[in-house]
Amino acid sequence: MSRDLASPERRSASTASASGASAASVLPIDPLREPAPVPSPVPGDPSTRRPVVQLWPIVVAFVVFVVVWKVAAIVAGLAFILPAPEVVLGRFVGAWADGTMEPHAWTTLVEVALGFVTGASFGLAAGYLIARSRLVERLVSPYLVAAQAVPILALAPLLALWFGPGLLAKVVICGLIVFFPVAIATMVGIRSVDRGLLELAASLRATQRQVLTTIEIPAALPSILGGLRVGATLAVVGAIVGEWAGADKGLGVLINLARGSLFDYPLMFATLATIALLGIACYLLVVLAERRLVGVR
Amino acid sequence: MRGPRAARPGRLVADDIRVAFRPPNRGAAPTVALDGLSLDVSGGEIVALIGPNGCGKSTFLRVAAGLLAPERGRITLDDRAITEPDDRIGLVFQEPRLLPWRSVARNITYPLELAGWSPERRAARLAELLHAVGLEDAAGLRPVQMSGGMRQRAAIARALALAPDVLLLDEPFSSLDALTRERFNLDLLRLQESMGTTIVIVTHSIPEAILVADRVLVLTPRPGRVAAEVRIDAPRPRSLELLDEALASRAAAEIRANLALTEQVA
Repeated sequence: MSRDLASPERRSASTASASGASAASVLPIDPLREPAPVPSPVPGDPSTRRPVVQLWPIVVAFVVFVVVWKVAAIVAGLAFILPAPEVVLGRFVGAWADGTMEPHAWTTLVEVALGFVTGASFGLAAGYLIARSRLVERLVSPYLVAAQAVPILALAPLLALWFGPGLLAKVVICGLIVFFPVAIATMVGIRSVDRGLLELAASLRATQRQVLTTIEIPAALPSILGGLRVGATLAVVGAIVGEWAGADKGLGVLINLARGSLFDYPLMFATLATIALLGIACYLLVVLAERRLVGVR
Repeated sequence: MRGPRAARPGRLVADDIRVAFRPPNRGAAPTVALDGLSLDVSGGEIVALIGPNGCGKSTFLRVAAGLLAPERGRITLDDRAITEPDDRIGLVFQEPRLLPWRSVARNITYPLELAGWSPERRAARLAELLHAVGLEDAAGLRPVQMSGGMRQRAAIARALALAPDVLLLDEPFSSLDALTRERFNLDLLRLQESMGTTIVIVTHSIPEAILVADRVLVLTPRPGRVAAEVRIDAPRPRSLELLDEALASRAAAEIRANLALTEQVA
């Protein structure tokens, strides 16, 4: 066993010019030992990683969207039903510049962030327990499905009544809507963990905690992140629904204000755009986290 | 201090093992995988278990690795009972079972990590293990980037990480082509030579059993127990030429005859 302890040092010396951790993976494999397979591209391998997003399809899609919108606005000819894109853009910039949008957007952002974190945390825990315990599955899953089957719109006024007009009700509503997809994705991910790897861990006397951190979480991560992606966009929906059920601040409130009191339809559309951007930002945040976590594989 | 006559460590004794699996629906008869299996492997010996499909060979390895409690009988390693997984035993599964999100190096050091070794100690041990299985240049690769044979080498290195006294191998090379398989068997023998580990290897292949083993134990069909023992009295180190010798054909004939006998009994 101790025939050649110097080999790793020798190797690292010979590749000292190569860069860091990826040095070993580009070394040729001794041809006499084994036919060396062509290293297949792996997600996260720096040499094969593509830019986070390819820009041109996004630009094309956006241009098409704006043109269709403009045409529709001309055909409809009713500025209060469908204001033209440039009008909305102007109002969007104006509302941000004069400070109309910011306090509302900030309020909604806080609701989304707290609701997402709360819902995702409970979802992760519940999904794990359901996957690992038959008893918990039988106890919890009927209520889980029932809670999901009842539209959050129907539930929101009740929750607003219980938890008051403040932040708490929005976080609860937002959390509820995030909870389900994250719980289901976690359950599916944990259940699909290769039993062979669990047996390997058992044969190596891994503790429950070690099994969780070294096998279950890494194996279930792609599925969990898929659930978080869905949850991130739903979090925005939850916050707006919560605001509609009763609030004095937030983008949902601003939409109602613009429509019902101010008759400022461009502002309504500008608010919609802000909500959409908030949703996209949340989604991208999860995607970025995903690239970092799964990209390392 | 060991006396001069003290045996090498790694003596694995199974005494009258019975394993039965209860079917999920009550009332149905349990499946008896092993019944009355006894064997005695001395320290540093290589024993091959051979038998028809479903004779409980893999089940026996699980019992010996402490993953499965037998209904009756007991397993001891150097006179200490095996009731749970044990650092003195290394297990190699039929499939490599590498963690796909880890590099080869981090797969091999996985047992050390679980056992709480410091990164420095792990790195030192890793260098030895990579050298032992000839994967020095593959340390940074991920399992998907390697051939099946390289993956199984990594799995063997991982099983050896904690320097076990006994290595249990469950048809480790069954997915490799015949030529690679012979080469891997010779590599395994060299490895065993340098470490003195006791080896119990489950196999379907008569040539493989003859090439590596000191003794070949023929198991009966389910429920499995030892039906016959064939000694391979060939000197070590062994080479592939052994398989062309009269001794090998005699041993093969004897193993085949015993396998045929067990088939008739069933």
